[in-house]
Amino acid sequence: MRFVLNGKRADVDAAPLKRLLDVLREDCGLAGTKEGCGEGECGACTVLVDGAPVNSCLVPFAHVRGRKVTTIEGLRSRLPEALVREGGTQCGICTPGIVMAAAALGPRPSAACVREALAGNLCRCTGYAGIVRALAGRRAAPHPRVRAARGPRPVAPGRPKRTRRS
Amino acid sequence: MATAFSRLPLLQPRSLDEALRLLRDEGPLVPLAGCTDLYVDFHFGTVGGRRFLDLQGLGTLRGIRRRGNTLVIGALATYAELIASPLVRRRLPILAEASRWVGSPQIQNRGTLGGNVANASPAGDTLPVLAVAEATVVLRRVDGERRVPFGSFYTGYRRTVMRPDELIVSIEVPPVEGRQWFRKVGTRAAQAISKVVMAAVRAPHPRIALGSVAPTVVRVPRTEAVLAGGGSLAEAQAVLVDEIQPIDDLRSTAAYRRRVSANLLAQFWSETGRKR
Amino acid sequence: MVGRSVPRKEGLDKARGAARYVDDLRFPGMLHGRTIRTTVARGEVTAVHLDFDTRGFAVVDHRDIPGRNVVALIQDDQPFLVEREVRHAEEPLLLLAHEDRETLRAASVRVEYRPGTPVLDPERSSRVFKEIAIEKGDLARGFAEADLVIEGEYRTGRQEHVYIEPNGVIAVPSGDGMTVYGSLQCPFYVHKALVGLLGLPHEKVRVVQTETGGGFGGKEDYPSIIAGHAALLAMRSGRPVKLVYDRLEDMAATTKRHPSIVRHRTGVTRDGRLTAMEIDVLLDGGAYCTLSPVVLSRGCLHATGPYRCDNLRVHGRVVMTNTPPSGAFRGFGAPQTVFAAEVQMDRVAEALGLDPVRLRGRNALRPGDTMATGQVLGEDASALAVLREAVKRSDFHRKRQAWRGTSRGIGLSLFFHGAGFTGSGEVMLASRAALELTPRGARIQVGSTEMGQGTRTTLAQIVAETLGLAVERVEVAEPDTASVPDSGPTVASRTCMVVGGLLKACAAEMKERLGGLSPAAYLKRHGPLRVIRQYEPPPGIAWDDATFRGDAYATYGWGCDVAEVELDPVTYEVRPTRVTAVVEIGRAVNPLMVAGQVEGGTAQGLGYALLEDVVMREGRMANAQLTNYMIPTTLDTPPVDVTILESPCRHGPFGAKGVGEMPMSGPGPAVANAVRHLGLDVRSLPITPEKVLECASSSTESEPTSTRRR
Repeated sequence: MRFVLNGKRADVDAAPLKRLLDVLREDCGLAGTKEGCGEGECGACTVLVDGAPVNSCLVPFAHVRGRKVTTIEGLRSRLPEALVREGGTQCGICTPGIVMAAAALGPRPSAACVREALAGNLCRCTGYAGIVRALAGRRAAPHPRVRAARGPRPVAPGRPKRTRRS
Repeated sequence: MATAFSRLPLLQPRSLDEALRLLRDEGPLVPLAGCTDLYVDFHFGTVGGRRFLDLQGLGTLRGIRRRGNTLVIGALATYAELIASPLVRRRLPILAEASRWVGSPQIQNRGTLGGNVANASPAGDTLPVLAVAEATVVLRRVDGERRVPFGSFYTGYRRTVMRPDELIVSIEVPPVEGRQWFRKVGTRAAQAISKVVMAAVRAPHPRIALGSVAPTVVRVPRTEAVLAGGGSLAEAQAVLVDEIQPIDDLRSTAAYRRRVSANLLAQFWSETGRKR
Repeated sequence: MVGRSVPRKEGLDKARGAARYVDDLRFPGMLHGRTIRTTVARGEVTAVHLDFDTRGFAVVDHRDIPGRNVVALIQDDQPFLVEREVRHAEEPLLLLAHEDRETLRAASVRVEYRPGTPVLDPERSSRVFKEIAIEKGDLARGFAEADLVIEGEYRTGRQEHVYIEPNGVIAVPSGDGMTVYGSLQCPFYVHKALVGLLGLPHEKVRVVQTETGGGFGGKEDYPSIIAGHAALLAMRSGRPVKLVYDRLEDMAATTKRHPSIVRHRTGVTRDGRLTAMEIDVLLDGGAYCTLSPVVLSRGCLHATGPYRCDNLRVHGRVVMTNTPPSGAFRGFGAPQTVFAAEVQMDRVAEALGLDPVRLRGRNALRPGDTMATGQVLGEDASALAVLREAVKRSDFHRKRQAWRGTSRGIGLSLFFHGAGFTGSGEVMLASRAALELTPRGARIQVGSTEMGQGTRTTLAQIVAETLGLAVERVEVAEPDTASVPDSGPTVASRTCMVVGGLLKACAAEMKERLGGLSPAAYLKRHGPLRVIRQYEPPPGIAWDDATFRGDAYATYGWGCDVAEVELDPVTYEVRPTRVTAVVEIGRAVNPLMVAGQVEGGTAQGLGYALLEDVVMREGRMANAQLTNYMIPTTLDTPPVDVTILESPCRHGPFGAKGVGEMPMSGPGPAVANAVRHLGLDVRSLPITPEKVLECASSSTESEPTSTRRR
């Protein structure tokens, strides 16, 4: 069956109901698309079909006949760098899916837009903070601060233990 | 037991007529559209058949258009298309709203309105909207077409009046007079399944429908009648909690669903009562 | 290098899809494996029927085990494969392998049982895995001194890890040996388990960690079982076998956070001084002992919260039920007991009419204070510092006042977390780390694993700083039991502090040996250089396991969370709107990684607080699907404002303590206390809308108002 994979014509012989995810990973050797749940909940397997993000674990191969499929391997994006810089990737298994889902966003999205667009991508490591910073800009989410701890207020005379009983 | 699925046969008709013939002659076949439930069902071994009919090639089932006063939504219209459609947003904004609450953007790009209707889940997010819009389900088979009022489409838990040789071709929505209202109460803020979902229209005779509180999506005519007759909100709430039959399940409790249904009714009533 | 947010070493590979996880690997001739599991919670297997054509299949049951049919851990009670007795549903019974995944999946196996009556309620279990008592002072005198005694019972449920990469391994047979590649936290645990199971000498078994898509404790002990299963199938078939769980199996069969019931009796003077704490901890361990005794001890050691009290008794038990074993999960017993302690503190404050911040400030542990076990806290104890910073940063008092009687609530929690293994654990582990000179710099050789938390980058920074090299010049070897020393398991917030400390010592020695030469020059002149160091307890640290006295942990991290929530009066949903998280962790070797631990741990904690509810029916997880077990999405997770305080600890490299687990403990009680601020007395997690409704109905009936949230 013919389709366009990452900008190049592809002709792959696979069963029509085989999941697009499996065709990509097994028949096309593109392992960047990950399986997290197999039920369309986690978004780790997100790819673009004709530019729109879909869960490739829910797409029968037959449905991409003649269509344009883009995977993480074929996406040109600066987002990976931004995610690394802002701590938006930790274990990394959800990250390709995040990058693909975010590819559908326009330039300079607001934090709210980012959160809506990525509501179908579960990340268990980052709490999404670094992801939102990477996509919507540093000011869109609180940025962590580091400070020296001021020691506990000295209680004179002696240790607090003695004074608290008075 | 999981189903070994990839080698199962998938018939791919090029036209609606061919599809209908296949349904009649080669049946039973399970029609496939957005497939957002299919692989989950494979996983649990709960798919209703072993042979499949792919509707994706049927261009005539696509599109959202107006015919006279009627909004005609092709069965293959996706949630994303419903959300983006100016026609839907103008005529039936609560359908666009309900679609935004279905799954995730990835699911909205694949799932179809026809699929949501045919799947017959009591938790289907768009179904209360179609119920209060008093939509018509247009069914086609080789030798004809019939138009089923949405209110009589479902016959029980995950059961419909559809025959195995019929396909949903479109959903027709007449003009809706009055203020439309929708709210989904899901298991979390996004990507959730409804615990209670309500659509309503504020009109001289209000229309109210709920999902996830009975074996099918339900209109609540007794509750509507109380409000239409000038009864108090409290009376209507009392009737409503009696009129629905929620259950305890994995996602919520019957008590919660009753109470929240009553609260939603109050919210609907107060939000649509205000002057715009 | 240390103190800088150096980008994650493998970050770009991950974000571009180039990183290879276990399911991405294939070997020639590889089969796929499948586990047939029990369907009853208790009973005996009476017959197994293979209702399929077994040609092309490898089939393994307990009789095929060449070594011992027992997962070597604390107690040797758990079999790799059921022989006859079934102790829980989803227990592995039979293994199948086939080269075609779908044929494998379709194979039907019927099992007959003689069912027994399962024990599902921990309060009715008579089988105790471990019991602990910690005592200090005179409890009776403490209660006698009290003006007020407040009692309470607190409950928490199971929690599923939901690492986005499910568990998986590939076993590759080679001659008379076995190599296992897998998604795992502790390669040497797996190694030990395989040696026992396969009856092979140590050197014939090799375990290699592949890129791991999250662990959180869920890949601490369970991978030993999966690895064993794959190895048995590989041994039987003579071919590589991949065993990767799908989400359903992973959720249904693998470990969960221990459910807890904690009872508190607290004596307090009218002005808010704690005089007595009596705490009873009950954990549900599930069907086998696994790591439960250690979870219980960490739970009990954190049960008082970060407070000083002269008279106390903590009594803990972890018991057996016929459910899948509970196991390690980030926090390891502390989130359960800290939840109880911190909600109890707010109830004590309420009973006294005291501000919760003042009550905490009054009793918070200070440097030099003596803890429950007799441990005297060092100068780095920072309970007050984090409390003050969080209160100030969140504008707690103003909001607390202004939001009274509205649908908004604000609450806080003060917590701490012991860094490293509990008690004498680190001494017994005797971890070793090695550093090898390379022409460009150095290569770290440890069994500590990267699973997202930043091990590779953080350890490289410690070494680079010590050697005076750019961090790019420090490589990290693949965790492979055949080539790296055992630096202990990657658990217990110990890696940066303990393994980082060993590596710092290695690097210091290496630097001295280099004597000013460049690595390339040294190698040319003197040949290879490898420095290895073994853990030695810091001077003055002592622990007695028999009496539970001494220094339970070398040091502690400190944290304070302020949670802001909004209650939807129509749906009873509690929405977190902002969390202010302040942690004191000694030294942030890499602030970005530390923040990542705090942000991510806080999100997991919020899930635990509000959403995550494992529904058990007849001893099985009934909602073992991501559709029905809810973890937070982007829209469920509020902004988390992180402040990292540094109060260097003398035991850690550059002053670093542990951070990984601690952020998990704060959100539960902070959210519960914010909900309490709304007037709702919630004493269990998760705080589902259904629970809020129940709670609201039992207090006052209120009309819903029309606020609408998205």
